[in-house]
Amino acid sequence: MHDKPKVAFYWCASCGGCEESVVDLAENILDVLAAVDIAMWPVAMDFKKKDIEAMEHGSILVSLVNGAIRTSEQEEMAKLMRKKSKLIIAYGSCAHTGGIPGLANQFKREEILQYIFEESPSTINPQHTRPEVNYGTNGSSVTLPVFFNVVRTLDQVVDVDYYLPGCPPTPKLLKQALDVLLSGNLPVKGTVLAPDIALCDECPKKDTKPSDLKFTEFKRPHWTTIDSKICLLAQGIICMGPATRGGCEGVCISGNMPCTGCFGPTSRVKDQGAKILSALASQVEAKDEKAIDETLATIPDPVGTFYRYGLPSSILRRKNF
Amino acid sequence: MGTAEEHPKANSWEPRIVAFFCNWCTYTAADLAGVSRLRHAPNARIIRVMCSGRVDPQFILDAFSKGADGVLIGGCHPGDCHYMEGNYKALRRVQLLKRMLKQMNIEEHRFRIEWISASEGERVRTVMNEMTEHVRKLGPLGLPKKFQEWDKEMEILERTVNGKEESVHA
Repeated sequence: MHDKPKVAFYWCASCGGCEESVVDLAENILDVLAAVDIAMWPVAMDFKKKDIEAMEHGSILVSLVNGAIRTSEQEEMAKLMRKKSKLIIAYGSCAHTGGIPGLANQFKREEILQYIFEESPSTINPQHTRPEVNYGTNGSSVTLPVFFNVVRTLDQVVDVDYYLPGCPPTPKLLKQALDVLLSGNLPVKGTVLAPDIALCDECPKKDTKPSDLKFTEFKRPHWTTIDSKICLLAQGIICMGPATRGGCEGVCISGNMPCTGCFGPTSRVKDQGAKILSALASQVEAKDEKAIDETLATIPDPVGTFYRYGLPSSILRRKNF
Repeated sequence: MGTAEEHPKANSWEPRIVAFFCNWCTYTAADLAGVSRLRHAPNARIIRVMCSGRVDPQFILDAFSKGADGVLIGGCHPGDCHYMEGNYKALRRVQLLKRMLKQMNIEEHRFRIEWISASEGERVRTVMNEMTEHVRKLGPLGLPKKFQEWDKEMEILERTVNGKEESVHA
């Protein structure tokens, strides 16, 4: 075949920021387009599901799928893309570790629907209307996707070849990944296409991190005047750097905001939240239970802080219902 | 590791407790309880670690996710740690992990830390018996089975989608 290799993009439960990051390739996108044909890209180009269904299995070289899996439609499309693609890349935090949508794993499906369709301050719904999977009127019927009980990462639904971490991944990492994949010199399956070392290693404030942090309280960044030259942990601000994979080059930290963990853990860590919990708690200064609790009480929401991007891929996956 | 439910005597569920005991104090105390022929609940699987500070919170979550109904950590009394600070680190981690487990709806009696010195064989018996009874009252945690149940919602679609796909390519 004289055709250029085909690349597809697809989105599931995500915000659209990952699509934005593809556009952020800027002039590099021209090189990409010169090297590949785009087989699907719902946000930017008009291809239909049936176009993909009509393709031979494995005829797409690589599909970059972003977003977590929350509905039956997303699952179905993920499975379709898997069949048609030689390689599937989980693109961005949501596909990689569950992302922000994954925080919904702290709630039952019914709690979510009840809040959204009845209780939220902006909802007026006196008839308690809820979305139905099948709805028929005047002899015709429409269907909606099933809203699952559990938010899942892409690799909990289909076989994933590589991961591009980040919320969103940086254009630099995307460019590197595309170059590697198009070169045909493929890394080991399952590789996360970013450095396998904690963010602290590439942090611009690394030299100011003390060996023992001796926390007496945890401060919230929006209530704190931050010294831009000093390690955020040394200033009592929760920074996920020690438990988070590097590769973003410390973009948040350079902007004086702490790392919130979007690149997920390194390959040696199974549960990012447990690891940062361990790193922070063990360096509290207090030794007796009451004083320890007082210091730790300044972390108002451990699950939401430590698993901000990774609850579905954590060991417990979901609140125990 | 199978789940309690797979056990041949499925009806006679027994709490499964994973106990991480420090080599220098609590493990030695458990040994003492044994040679003193103290009878205690046999529900704990003891894992010897060099220090309670070696117990990574990941181990605890892993134990629960693989079928433990309770997790017990035993270490040296404050001030007695063979490595000076290990038990303090363990305590701090445990205090925060307890809050996190509460958020995840895992009952607090399923997770406990105790300081038991090498001479306190009797204390090992008391703690093991107490913990077993607490967990027995709570019933099985059964996470492996829950994970399976959660994922059943995927199997249904798998069948319909694959069915459709085959007909397209028939």
